[in-house]
Amino acid sequence: MIHFVLLISRQGKVRLTKWYSPYAQKERTKVVRELSGMILSRGPKLCNFVEWRGFKVVYKRYASLYFCMCVNEDDNELEILEIIHHFVEILDRYFGSVCELDLIFNFHKAYYILDEILIAGELQESSKKAVARLIAAQDSLVEAAKEQANSVSYMISQATK
Amino acid sequence: MALSGMRGLSVFISDIRNCQNKELERLRVDKELGHIRTRFKNEKGLTPYEKKKYVWKMLYIYMLGYDVDFGHMEAVSLISAPKYPEKQVGYIVTSSLLNENHDFLRLAINTVRNDIIGRNETFQCLALTLVGNIGGRDFAESLAPDVQKLLLSSSCRPLVRKKAALCLLRLFRKNPDVVNVDGWSDRMAQLLDERDIGVLTSSMSLFVALVARDYDSYWSCLPKCVKVLERLARNQDIPQEYTYYGIPSPWLQVKTMRALQYFPTVEDPNTRRSLFEVLQRVLMGTDVVKNVNKNNASHAVLFEALALVMHLDAEKEMMSQCVALLGKFIAVREPNIRYLGLENMTRMLMVTDVQEIIKRHQAQIITSLKDPDISIRRRALDLLYGMCDVSNAKDIVEELLQYLATADFAMREELSLKAAILAEKFAPDLSWYVDVILQLIDKAGDFVSDDIWFRVVQFVTNNEDLQPYAALKAREYLDKPAIHETMVKVSAYLLGEYSHLLARRPGCSPKEIFAIIHEKLPTVSTPTVPILLSTYAKILMHSQPPDPELQTQIWAVFSKYESCIDVEIQQRAAEYFALSRKGAALVDILAEMPKFPERKSSLIKKAEDTEADTAEQSAIKLRTQQQMSNALTVTDQPPANGIPSEPQLGPVKVPSMSNESLNTKDQVLTQSNGSATNLQTSTPSPDLLADLLSPLAIEGPPVASLESEQNAVTGSEDTATAVDALALATVGDQANTVQPIGNVAEKFYALCLKDSGILYEDPYVQIGIKAEWRSHQGRLVLFLGNKNTAPLVSVQALMLAPSHLKLELSEVPQIIPPRAQVQCPLEVVNLRPSRDLAVLEFSYKFGTDLVNVKLRVPAVLNKFLQPIPVSPEEFFPQWRSLSGPPLKLQEVVRGVRPMPLMEMASLLNSYHLMVCPGLDPNTNNLVASTTFFSESTRAMLCLVRIETDPADRTQLRMTVASGDPVLTYELKEFIKEQLISIPSASLPPQPITQQAPPSSSPISQSDPGAMLAALL
Repeated sequence: MIHFVLLISRQGKVRLTKWYSPYAQKERTKVVRELSGMILSRGPKLCNFVEWRGFKVVYKRYASLYFCMCVNEDDNELEILEIIHHFVEILDRYFGSVCELDLIFNFHKAYYILDEILIAGELQESSKKAVARLIAAQDSLVEAAKEQANSVSYMISQATK
Repeated sequence: MALSGMRGLSVFISDIRNCQNKELERLRVDKELGHIRTRFKNEKGLTPYEKKKYVWKMLYIYMLGYDVDFGHMEAVSLISAPKYPEKQVGYIVTSSLLNENHDFLRLAINTVRNDIIGRNETFQCLALTLVGNIGGRDFAESLAPDVQKLLLSSSCRPLVRKKAALCLLRLFRKNPDVVNVDGWSDRMAQLLDERDIGVLTSSMSLFVALVARDYDSYWSCLPKCVKVLERLARNQDIPQEYTYYGIPSPWLQVKTMRALQYFPTVEDPNTRRSLFEVLQRVLMGTDVVKNVNKNNASHAVLFEALALVMHLDAEKEMMSQCVALLGKFIAVREPNIRYLGLENMTRMLMVTDVQEIIKRHQAQIITSLKDPDISIRRRALDLLYGMCDVSNAKDIVEELLQYLATADFAMREELSLKAAILAEKFAPDLSWYVDVILQLIDKAGDFVSDDIWFRVVQFVTNNEDLQPYAALKAREYLDKPAIHETMVKVSAYLLGEYSHLLARRPGCSPKEIFAIIHEKLPTVSTPTVPILLSTYAKILMHSQPPDPELQTQIWAVFSKYESCIDVEIQQRAAEYFALSRKGAALVDILAEMPKFPERKSSLIKKAEDTEADTAEQSAIKLRTQQQMSNALTVTDQPPANGIPSEPQLGPVKVPSMSNESLNTKDQVLTQSNGSATNLQTSTPSPDLLADLLSPLAIEGPPVASLESEQNAVTGSEDTATAVDALALATVGDQANTVQPIGNVAEKFYALCLKDSGILYEDPYVQIGIKAEWRSHQGRLVLFLGNKNTAPLVSVQALMLAPSHLKLELSEVPQIIPPRAQVQCPLEVVNLRPSRDLAVLEFSYKFGTDLVNVKLRVPAVLNKFLQPIPVSPEEFFPQWRSLSGPPLKLQEVVRGVRPMPLMEMASLLNSYHLMVCPGLDPNTNNLVASTTFFSESTRAMLCLVRIETDPADRTQLRMTVASGDPVLTYELKEFIKEQLISIPSASLPPQPITQQAPPSSSPISQSDPGAMLAALL
């Protein structure tokens, strides 16, 4: 299982964290610090796996961002590596050629999308289309609620309460 | 970059990005936190929109690594908002900020449950996602049945069901005792027929978790898994959107193969054939292509297929195909594949006998030890360590030593430990071992733990031939400039003990040795000084006739340190000073260290200390365990019939009140033969110079699973042959010539209750036992005493260990001299609760008599119990929290030997079950508590309640509870065995079965088990 997902920029800034195993706040900060030290310093031609505290961290760099997932020692590393890529492709489709800035300002979107891909540290959906459909449905629900809130009749009913 | 309407959040993020340095960022964050805090305080004015915005900001700040210790309440409260946008934010932020241990989550349980059982599909999804990501015990208790219903519901859409599957997986993984999966095999089989690949993928993950715990209930699902694989591999009706770079869902393929690895075999020939066709196709049909992702995905499947083939131990051709593939992989340029090739080769070493083929790749693997990538170097090191044996130890260890000089700091400790272990395990000759360790200390002293040098000292002490060589080497290293402090320690120790063996060599006179060691004194740290002082004392002792000049020098050192601030140093200096004035008596007091009792290396244990907390026990580990237990069952089979713990034989009944009589009997027996009278008192008396030993007292559990695996395997062969040999021996011979003195069974029962006494005795030999138990470990010493004036020859002692005990019996000498007694330490580690017994097979020859006996070893369940008193405040919450099977078991026991309640209480107490009076208001009931120790359960509290019926003392109701289902069951059965028809002391001793009429011998011969039973 995936114990946590970590997105860090090349400068070591955290862009997203998601924890599927219980880590207290202090440990979380420590883990992020330790791992960014280990991973950011690795050269480009090395393998995508780092052994850490009896776990394995599978990571991949996309432009200025490192996507890291921590798994058990005997999990299938390549499978995890492609979950990362699957996630990136879905982000890419959603934002239209995604860049770090998209994820910085829309970090909450990244959380929504991740929740449609992973639950309990396991892959939930391997179809990009299915994920895209679900996210679109969520967006339209939010839009609908906003429109309703902005509608004249709603404002009147609120004002007269 | 507008963000769906939340301008405030965008502005805040921009501000943070524009901060020039960390300090400014912190100021901006603090300002924002202050703002949010005040807004939250007068919550009335907050619109849902604002609330949403603020909790997002909190999450963002939290993500940056700042403490956010307020506002959790607001995030949680959004969950109960009626509208989707707020609810969504509440769920996501809560599940990102909190973990399962936060109390705040309890507040949300009701809302979450309402969302799960409600009709709104989107709300169901949100709730399931939260529970799946951070659900804890409370959630499992209140939600598991609802989640199970959703997963199986035919009216739910796939998007809800796949989430329900993973949500259930989480709850089950964390709290398997709470989530009831009885009868799930049918449901699981149904789920594996699922057409929707999303639901199927999630269900397969759930399935992996279920079979990891208990594959036996899910055999019916096995063909379904193979069907799924066939469907995927042939790419039949897989929707286009579920292929990944042209590969039908690689994730589902991997998961399915993973699930199959938890089954020990695939028995049905048709299923097996289909599965192997698929595997063959994967092994043959995976090519290297240009596209990285396609390559990764196809190799993810390939490596999983390799693992499955290794597990199923296929026809030899497939296995060699695997090795060939791995051989190819470890030489490719692509680093991921190289890494995985090395990793899987190491795994392959664990499961099959392919060492010879892998050895062909040794050169390539050694190259990988110098790879620029530390991950790959680590794998190479592991593999070299695993593949090392007597034939290649020299090469590999020398390679490791060479690499040590340039290795990363992060790896040096592991590297030196592994080199030390290999050198010890596979040393072609002992001097080479000493060379390796000294080189190791020389090259990487900082990374050589104390254990390593303690071990070399032990070796040298126990091998006289080695002593001059080791002393000489130590002397040579001292000549080097700037040696590591560990080297000072080990050289000083060795020279103190053995430098007199070098006396005639140039530069090795006591004076010169003293001078060169004393040179180092100013450079060493406090813990080393005492070792040097001991060395000086020893040098002084060895310089006979005394050299006045040396004496004055050394005395000067002692008197200087007599006022040292460090107590240890001070005491040694003072004592050595006083001792060294005793003249000739000094030689006796400071004589050479005696041999160390043979111990298993503590290093190996250390090498394996890093065990991670994993979700499921991996298939590979389970498999190795299975193999171990298989190996043991092979050997267990013959004795199994005879081991009295087997219920059908049922004589594990301990005479509770007959202790005293037995005791006296034992004493009489002991006194009656002079040779063994020292039996009870023969613990080594504390040495005057015990403090010399102190740096060498290597304690700790001296067993290691690597070792014991090998032992288990070799052990099995040994026993097999031993049993054969036994079967060949004529039973008549054995039966009539040598008869045990006293009742062997009674002696065993007595030893179940006390820790020392006689296990076995016949006219020639007496076997005594003395045991010390500490938590889950025990140290037994077997005292083998020869009662005669002629030697006992061909002495053999073999331990047949049940799978739950790790037993290490030190070497038993072949010959016991006349009227001598030898001591054989036996180390016991209790791995898990079980009532099975270890059996000692002991044989010897006296004159023409060959005697072979099988003795039960009193390492019984109650030895790992420690009585513990509990107060009502402690007892009742515990008792209630352990609700129902399998943690709490109740049984009405009939056929109990009637006894007064007091007697039953003292019986329980004698088994370390502490009766706690007053806890149960009914005076006819007994409540007892104890702590059970084993490696798997650690210390575990066990509670027992026995309700007796004053009208009918032959039956009672017993309830046993503990935190471990196996323990509960075993303890219940154990107590039951003790209560049912205990033979009282007045019962005639059981007939000694060696008197069996000769007519029965053909049967016994054909059935070693029956023979064993007879011998017992």
